[in-house]
Amino acid sequence: MALISDGRFIEDDWRRLAEEEALPKAGKVIVSLARLPHALEVLGPESALGVIVPNTTEVLALVESAPRLQLVSISFPAFSDGRGFSLAGLLRRAGFKGELRASGRLVADQYSHAVGCGFDTIEIPDDLAERQGEEQWRAALNAYAMSYQRGYPGRGSILEARRRAARP
Amino acid sequence: MTAHDPEALRRPNAPTTTYRYDDYDAAFVRERVAEFREQVRRRLSGALTEEEFRPFRLMNGLYLQLHAYMLRVAIPYGTLTARQMRRLADIADRWDKGYGHFTTRQNLQYNWPKLVDTPDILEALADVEMHAIQTSGNCIRNVTADHFAGVAPDEIEDPRPTAEFLRQWSSLHPEFSFLPRKFKIAVTGAEHDRAAIMVHDIGLRIVRNDKGEIGYQVVAGGGLGRSPFVGKVVGDFVPRHDLLAFLEAIMRVYNRFGRRDNKYKARIKILVHEKGIDDIRAEVEAEFAAMDRSVFVHDPEEFERIAGFFAPPPYESLARDSQILHAAKLETPAFANFADVNVSAHKIPGYAIVTVSLKPIGGVPGDATSDQMRVLADASERFGFGELRVSHEQNIILPHVKQDDLFALWRMLDAAGLATANAGLVSDIIACPGMDYCSLATARSIPIAQAISKRFADMSRQRRIGKLGIKISGCINACGHHHVGAIGILGLEKKGQESYQITLGGDPTFSASIGEILGPGVTAEQAPDVIEHLVDFYLAEREEGEAFIDTWRRIGHARFKDALRREGEDGADI
Repeated sequence: MALISDGRFIEDDWRRLAEEEALPKAGKVIVSLARLPHALEVLGPESALGVIVPNTTEVLALVESAPRLQLVSISFPAFSDGRGFSLAGLLRRAGFKGELRASGRLVADQYSHAVGCGFDTIEIPDDLAERQGEEQWRAALNAYAMSYQRGYPGRGSILEARRRAARP
Repeated sequence: MTAHDPEALRRPNAPTTTYRYDDYDAAFVRERVAEFREQVRRRLSGALTEEEFRPFRLMNGLYLQLHAYMLRVAIPYGTLTARQMRRLADIADRWDKGYGHFTTRQNLQYNWPKLVDTPDILEALADVEMHAIQTSGNCIRNVTADHFAGVAPDEIEDPRPTAEFLRQWSSLHPEFSFLPRKFKIAVTGAEHDRAAIMVHDIGLRIVRNDKGEIGYQVVAGGGLGRSPFVGKVVGDFVPRHDLLAFLEAIMRVYNRFGRRDNKYKARIKILVHEKGIDDIRAEVEAEFAAMDRSVFVHDPEEFERIAGFFAPPPYESLARDSQILHAAKLETPAFANFADVNVSAHKIPGYAIVTVSLKPIGGVPGDATSDQMRVLADASERFGFGELRVSHEQNIILPHVKQDDLFALWRMLDAAGLATANAGLVSDIIACPGMDYCSLATARSIPIAQAISKRFADMSRQRRIGKLGIKISGCINACGHHHVGAIGILGLEKKGQESYQITLGGDPTFSASIGEILGPGVTAEQAPDVIEHLVDFYLAEREEGEAFIDTWRRIGHARFKDALRREGEDGADI
């Protein structure tokens, strides 16, 4: 797996636990949604906890545990399945401040969509990272100076800029 | 900057009454072209697989069809300038085969571009403030509007500022560009629906409430395709300041809950049908209540900025009725027919709206050659403030022609083969490209349209029949809108043979209805006979001034079925 942040491939210091793997006493671990209640119960402050969730997850299922989560990773079962973009926005709206990660076969051309919806990092399989290297992700991030929408993070809003120009 | 801006008028071929890009719009479209150029390069280098490339080429209007790529150019809300029309002609000559096809969603399709040329074509479009953004793909498509916008006497408000506002809002939307399926929005601001809003994913109708405030009736879940549905009201009166937030709420509900397991059940109409409009309304209202609406709240200054571009052109003060027109009609019967059929009332005294039919008898519905496009551009400059419209009936509209000029305009059109006086008549057929171009098609549509058109070649007979919409699709995806044709024809394939299923009683307006199946399918050869029998039966049964759809509604579907069966027994081989 490769991890992209701010247009660069970076080391992933999180470890995604396999279902059969025991919870470690310390470190940064990502568990499944099913294991989350148990992990919350047993892990102490020396551990950093993250969860990977399907893109169909109800935000309510995460709201209670959100303050204790440092990472939420949303799976993209197919790059063309845009449900994860809405879920990311809903999680941010619910007040989640930690790292928001998109995990799946996302292509570089979707990078600014992901950032616009609140994602911090993108996790892609190695074969994809080989075809779509760092420079393609960085280019995608810089493809547009501004966007038409308001209320989405990332690039500046054309509407805001027009408003500023109209009221100097 | 509007038509009244003296500087705009001094510029040659300056657009008059439509939106002009500012630096932000221009930069955005250029960036989009540069991005696509890079995507094409990465596709060719192998960085993008065909599967990965597909949604991005579709969102830039590029389809892979039966024989070649097809590029679909957006004509937002159907409005274009003479300069833009000329550019469409130039592109047809340089990169295509010298013609283009106007579609039912106010787009123009080129049928033969090469993949490697498309970035240059998009660049050529950007030069004249045009693009092919979101004319395809599972995103919010080109927003369409009433083609009589701004000039119709029955208008509450011009729908184009709203449509332009939505064009910008939906362009490269971060959240709503990977939807379950395509998403089409249409806007009307008139009492009569000419934009078919009831059969769109979202239809917006500009209305005024008791207090005189402008708002929108929001209809969702309409659509044609293999499961046709008439849309249902999801918001009865959404004030303008809430419109964007309300649309965001609908889109979010659809993006999250629309089906993705089966592409044929992925449109919002299926979600509305399966969950029920009350559930969907409750979901939308809950989302609307939960979201931060402050960022979407209506920006009156921005709306006014956009609306300013659609200011009326500098009309002259004229008498209501033109003596010149009256005299020319008496003198030239062919012109009189054109004036009676293709000319509509204008809200300004002494002016008229002209429909230029792209349905010559025996021709390909919606096709125009580059020469014809140039004639239309010239005509709009000479007689109509340089503005043209594309209608969803696949015709071209000149929206502001002086009645005094109608005869001169007609002569110009006639010389270019553009004066067919059949707007709204039985040969003004809507048809999809069908098996002649499309890889989805199961049957031909263009030749069926041509055969029916030739059968009714006698124009006086057509005028006697009156307004009658025939719509033809070459497969169940229904791009030819057959479900809402007073007479609909659907081409299918049965045991290796083309078979045409006929429906009656479709209606694309506010009184929308989906046509009912007449009986077993007929062959391509039989289709014109059957249509002719149906029309003859209608003529025999109709009451004074009654349209086909009204006769059908009054006497019922069964009578038409019986009539056809009797005709069959009498020896007509159907």
